[in-house]
Amino acid sequence: MIHMTAKLSKNVRSNAITYGIVLVFYAVVQILLATGNLSSLMRGLLVPLCMYAILAVSLNLTVGILGELSLGHAGFMCVGAFASAFFSKYMAETGMPAGIRFVAAILIGALMAGIFGILIGIPVLRLKGDYLAIVTLAFGEIIKNVMNVLFIGKDSDGLHFSMNSAVDLHLKEGGTVIVNGPQGITGTPNQSTFTIGIILLLITLFIVLNLIQSRDGRAIMAIRDNRIAAESVGINITKYKLMAFSISAALAGVAGVLYAHNLSTLIAQPKNFGYNMSIMILVYVVLGGIGNIRGSMIAAVILTLLPELLRGLNDYRMLIYAIVLIVMMIVNWNPTCKAFREKYSFRNIKARMKTAKEVR
Amino acid sequence: MKKFTKRALGIVLAVSMALTMSACGSKETAQDSGENGSAQTAFKVGGIGPLTGGTAVYGQAVKNAAELAVEEINAAGEVQIEFNYQDDEGDAEKAVNAYNTLKDWDMQMLLGTVTSAPCTAVVEKTFEDNMFQLTPSGSAVESIQHPNAFRVCFSDPNQGIASAQYIGENKVASKVAVIYDSSDVYSSGIYQKFAEEAANQDFEIVEAQAFTADNKTDFTVQLQKAKASGAELVFLPIYYQEAALILTQADQMGYKPMFFGCDGLDGILSVDKFDKNLAEDVMLLTPFAADAQDELTQNFVKNYQEKYGEIPNQFAADAYDGIYAIVEAIKKSGVTPDMDASAICDGMTKAMTEISINGLTGENMTWTEDGEPNKAPKAVVIKDGAYVLR
Repeated sequence: MIHMTAKLSKNVRSNAITYGIVLVFYAVVQILLATGNLSSLMRGLLVPLCMYAILAVSLNLTVGILGELSLGHAGFMCVGAFASAFFSKYMAETGMPAGIRFVAAILIGALMAGIFGILIGIPVLRLKGDYLAIVTLAFGEIIKNVMNVLFIGKDSDGLHFSMNSAVDLHLKEGGTVIVNGPQGITGTPNQSTFTIGIILLLITLFIVLNLIQSRDGRAIMAIRDNRIAAESVGINITKYKLMAFSISAALAGVAGVLYAHNLSTLIAQPKNFGYNMSIMILVYVVLGGIGNIRGSMIAAVILTLLPELLRGLNDYRMLIYAIVLIVMMIVNWNPTCKAFREKYSFRNIKARMKTAKEVR
Repeated sequence: MKKFTKRALGIVLAVSMALTMSACGSKETAQDSGENGSAQTAFKVGGIGPLTGGTAVYGQAVKNAAELAVEEINAAGEVQIEFNYQDDEGDAEKAVNAYNTLKDWDMQMLLGTVTSAPCTAVVEKTFEDNMFQLTPSGSAVESIQHPNAFRVCFSDPNQGIASAQYIGENKVASKVAVIYDSSDVYSSGIYQKFAEEAANQDFEIVEAQAFTADNKTDFTVQLQKAKASGAELVFLPIYYQEAALILTQADQMGYKPMFFGCDGLDGILSVDKFDKNLAEDVMLLTPFAADAQDELTQNFVKNYQEKYGEIPNQFAADAYDGIYAIVEAIKKSGVTPDMDASAICDGMTKAMTEISINGLTGENMTWTEDGEPNKAPKAVVIKDGAYVLR
């Protein structure tokens, strides 16, 4: 019983630190903003920082907690981005209050990405390991490519769909093309702000951390650690796998909403919604620590800031970025470095001082 | 034990991040005060375009030509320009970051961005800040949707319409096939308007085949379809790298229709390992030809080649004209380098519609209030490995 409470409080403390880091970051930025000490570059980066942190945390749920390597995370982000941007654009003329519209857009983005998560999860989660990774990669690319041939227009008759070209929509006079195939959606209202980003990040953390520390979360981790053992004690494998996968997808959708409402142009390109982005998010997770929510969040922030802060070095920044990736990988995961870190950690030094005192 | 290390690491990182952020901020304010103290004599013009990634060729060309133009202008002495060019990797998000970086540098005018999608994202920000923007080559309609933005190149719809009219009015062909890149804004933008205008013209689109950026090395399927449809002319509203492959593969198949392209095709003669004979009789509608005989073009090509060791393409020409248009508008509006960006923008926006320049990409270029240039596209045909005006 005592052990239990100790463990519980440790979780609570760990969570508090995670939320604390986010809140302190928010407070520091707000102070810098208020005193006018934040450069335009930094101001522009605030929303992307929240977005990548949400992506990293949500992918960590699939990779770290569920233990399945997903390479299609950008696809879910793409679904969330397009669904919400479509909604915002469609409702823009109806006179819906902007605040309510944005909240609805966030919910729709999350919901659509979640539904796609379930739909894709059903076939995909039957696979394991490498096969699962390959199939998620394929689905991510499929989503991106479907968005590139999707044309949706709106006129007095309602919505028109086409997979060929905007001409085939046969819009009436005064109709507008909302989703214009490869040209995507333009003119999405820029409503993402840093405060909303931080709130969404906190909600993401709340959902993920609570899920991990709940009964369901322990079931999910049991599946990760030993599927057969988990099945033998009566855990419903499909249910829990789907749960983790679709929640992860829905949260990626939320990041997509932030992305879509941060830029006035939304195009599904290999760069932003292709596998490059999926791998990028995976890099955040791996460098931050698989299963370590706080770490992945911090890694996302650092790796997003780095190329921008190194702009002064022109082309060399790509080189330095790559070197930093390698160094981080080694320092985080190399056994020697790990041992070194543990030997010289604060706690260890404190403990040693304590024993030294006792000996004296 | 591990927890504590991580926690300590987290705190250290948070602190160091806060420090870097505040450091950036303070550096900026220091710069501000320094510059305000001494009277600024040069206009700060920013540039944005891809220097890395798949579209780096265009961004590099714009950078080179803009720097060349700035050098010439500074040497002439009437107007002084400081030019700062930032990489956007061809990505909208990075372009906004690049724009913010330039704002921290106290940019007063923007020459950019090079590609369309980033331009659409950036124009929203320049409109918010009331910053004058002139894009050399952002050709999508939305790229200059706000009154503060202008462009040097033709818009996609204009190119599509002009191509269709040219083919129709000159009776070049009666059956036309189109091969376009459906994942590219430029290419599909031209195709859409081309298809619309074709309905009014005396020819028929018998086949329209698309490819995407992920799948642009093998065009035999598209070419087979075009061949089977009996098209006499294949319209290629695409960039020259893919066009070079299409020409090579068509030749291997023994398919020899006429090929017709837009300004993206310019540069096809300088593709590595491309047999120039294959490009013989290819027609393209382009505002710039590196082989043109006028003095301006020849000087530009000579200087550019001396400096960078390659023949400039149409992007370079657009950027070169862009810098000269900016200078012309500066002179016309009488703005001075010590004014703030917003005041400069008001003056420049008005002056842009009043100026007329003789540039590489057209004579007597003027601009309308919605930012579009008025200039005549030139139809060029490739003869004996050189562009010849038709």
